[in-house]
Amino acid sequence: MLEIKNLHVKLEEEEKEILKGVDLTVEAGKVHAIMGPNGSGKSTLSYVLSGRDGYEVTDGAATLDGEDLLEMEPEERAAAGIFLAFQYPVEIPGVGNMTFLRTAVNAQRKARGQEELSAADFLKLVREKAKSLKIDADMLKRPVNVGFSGGEKKRNEILQMAMLEPKMCILDETDSGLDVDAMKLVSEGVNALRDAGRGFLVITHYQRLLDHIKPDVVHIMADGRIVKSGGPELALEVENNGYADILAEVN
Amino acid sequence: MAALDQTQVKEGVDQETVDAVREVSTYKYGWETDIEMEYAPKGVNPDIVKLISEKNEEPEWMTEWRLAAFERWTQMEEPKWAMVNYPEIDFQDQYYYARPKSMEEKPKSLDEVDPKLLATYEKLGIPLKEQMILAGVEGAENMPAEGRKVAVDAVFDSVSVGTTFQDELKKAGVIFCSISEAIKEHPELVKKYLGSVVPVSDNFYATLNSAVFSDGSFVYVPPGVRCPMELSTYFRINAENTGQFERTLIIADKGSYVSYLEGCTAPQRDTAQLHAAVVEIIIEEDAEVKYSTVQNWFPGDENGKGGIYNFVTKRADCRGDRSKVMWTQVETGSAVTWKYPSCILRGDDSQGEFYSIAIANNYQQADTGTKMVHLGKNTKSRIVSKGISAGKAQNTYRGLVSMHPKAKDSRNYTQCDSLLIGDKCGAHTVPYIEVRNNSSRVEHEATTSKVDDDQLFYCRQRGMDEEEAVALVVNGFCKDVLQALPMEFAMEAQQLVAISLEGSVG
Repeated sequence: MLEIKNLHVKLEEEEKEILKGVDLTVEAGKVHAIMGPNGSGKSTLSYVLSGRDGYEVTDGAATLDGEDLLEMEPEERAAAGIFLAFQYPVEIPGVGNMTFLRTAVNAQRKARGQEELSAADFLKLVREKAKSLKIDADMLKRPVNVGFSGGEKKRNEILQMAMLEPKMCILDETDSGLDVDAMKLVSEGVNALRDAGRGFLVITHYQRLLDHIKPDVVHIMADGRIVKSGGPELALEVENNGYADILAEVN
Repeated sequence: MAALDQTQVKEGVDQETVDAVREVSTYKYGWETDIEMEYAPKGVNPDIVKLISEKNEEPEWMTEWRLAAFERWTQMEEPKWAMVNYPEIDFQDQYYYARPKSMEEKPKSLDEVDPKLLATYEKLGIPLKEQMILAGVEGAENMPAEGRKVAVDAVFDSVSVGTTFQDELKKAGVIFCSISEAIKEHPELVKKYLGSVVPVSDNFYATLNSAVFSDGSFVYVPPGVRCPMELSTYFRINAENTGQFERTLIIADKGSYVSYLEGCTAPQRDTAQLHAAVVEIIIEEDAEVKYSTVQNWFPGDENGKGGIYNFVTKRADCRGDRSKVMWTQVETGSAVTWKYPSCILRGDDSQGEFYSIAIANNYQQADTGTKMVHLGKNTKSRIVSKGISAGKAQNTYRGLVSMHPKAKDSRNYTQCDSLLIGDKCGAHTVPYIEVRNNSSRVEHEATTSKVDDDQLFYCRQRGMDEEEAVALVVNGFCKDVLQALPMEFAMEAQQLVAISLEGSVG
């Protein structure tokens, strides 16, 4: 489903290369985790895949179901099925959470040539999805992420994901800033979305999130490359021994 | 779009096609009505003033009033303090009076109005029919079933073409008609109030307006009456090289209430046109007036050609104790805007509020704000201003808050936020604060921010295109003001915000 080949990326403003040839394939129905120390390029990968400004792809390719992602505008990638759960969800003052969700859902439907959801259908759907994430009516009315706690922000990201039903979900350090209870809620939300047609790329520092969202494949990223891949046991190895051993081994 | 603005109608291309193409361009109201007009000769002088007065069949006192204003105007100079630049206006190279020929004999009822004029308003989304809701506003059909009535006075160039719901309003004791009609039918009210809030000599444009105003709306709500429907005036400039000078006079007598809406549009042309209006509102004891404007005059094209020069004096006099006024404005149009809807808080415990959204894109220049003059005891005022600049536009908030010695225990709160889109536009905030007693309190908060790239990326990652994302973020920024508008206007305004900012990013 998601295929990344020899991806080289540098910052637009400086010569510093951040991704130095990333190769990665995420199949439909699978959960891939990317772990790695700070500054290894994990978040950059998520931004480049979703089309954020400020990066320049100098070599390589990234496709979703054979479609060239790198040629598309961010909104086109979203309509094609790429969803990024942000590490730091952005606040939009004055815009109700519900309005935001509805605008997003209908924008994607329009882009795919589907009819917009009626207000009533939308409301029904959002209430249903919000309930399982313990998001109450008040939170739906409040401006997007404004004054939300860390846990509320992340739950809100998962709500958006549930509403947009993307093909490829990228979770960028979704566990950061979450207490145990919030982590459980968020993980349950993610697990509920796992199905045969959907791929996940879960970026995280720590193994603990992977206790809740069980990965099929774990990759270790360091210095702009994927240096080691393996099964869930690789995450445990990191948890027990840190990255140093693995990095020493690869070098 | 650049090509469109310069389009000459080629042989074989009918006007309808041109109109249709125009309609899909940014400014939706840029078409013109092909109608036979009657003009006064170009320029302004005592003869023109007399002619306008004569056309309106005015009594002598009115003619004298105008002539005195004209005399005064010839001794005045155009104000230059505002942060706006425009080529010198040749006041003798304008028409001051333009009337559709079919209006020579004033129609007795709406049925007699020229179908071409009715069609014009229909196309603008303001059908001159007595119907439940202000139709044409998208989403209006989803409004609550009980519906709302809105009475409309339609002003086309220099004359009012008709006013709806007059009979029903009359039953409630409310007078709503064109000002030319009021001068004839209700001279005692006009004499008493005209010029009592904005004196003839107030400022250059107001004085010119006093001399040459051709029409406008008049409202009188008698004591204790809550006006049974919203009142509105829709101003349309159609004729070329013609200034529109309208005069609006609203009187809310003791304990009464009225909500008034004003909308404006003009054809898309590459020469600038002048609009200089005066609005006076008198609010007696315990009365309340809400005045909302959605100003959507043609803003000029993306190269800064054409557009309306909008020099407007609007002022409300809260004469009675506990009287209240609320100005809400959405300023999206005009090449140049010079406008400061003000409140004179004369009565004790009177209140004034000003909510404003001013959007300037491309080469638009807006210098707008308010004056809150606290004269009475325990008076309160609130200012919420949202200025949005995009393209190469300049947007200035200019506001005065003045606490006079007798305005004991008075309060003002000002919040003034500016939003910049792109790096070639400007936002300026010029607050003037005078406090001449020691028991009053004035608070001023101001912020300037840029449309945040992170916000835009977040929206786009969720599937919105760039323009949709900007519109969403900007509408959020304006929310406090949009909430102050009547519902139909709020929906229209939200869409306008989106349309006005098209092409402002990327």
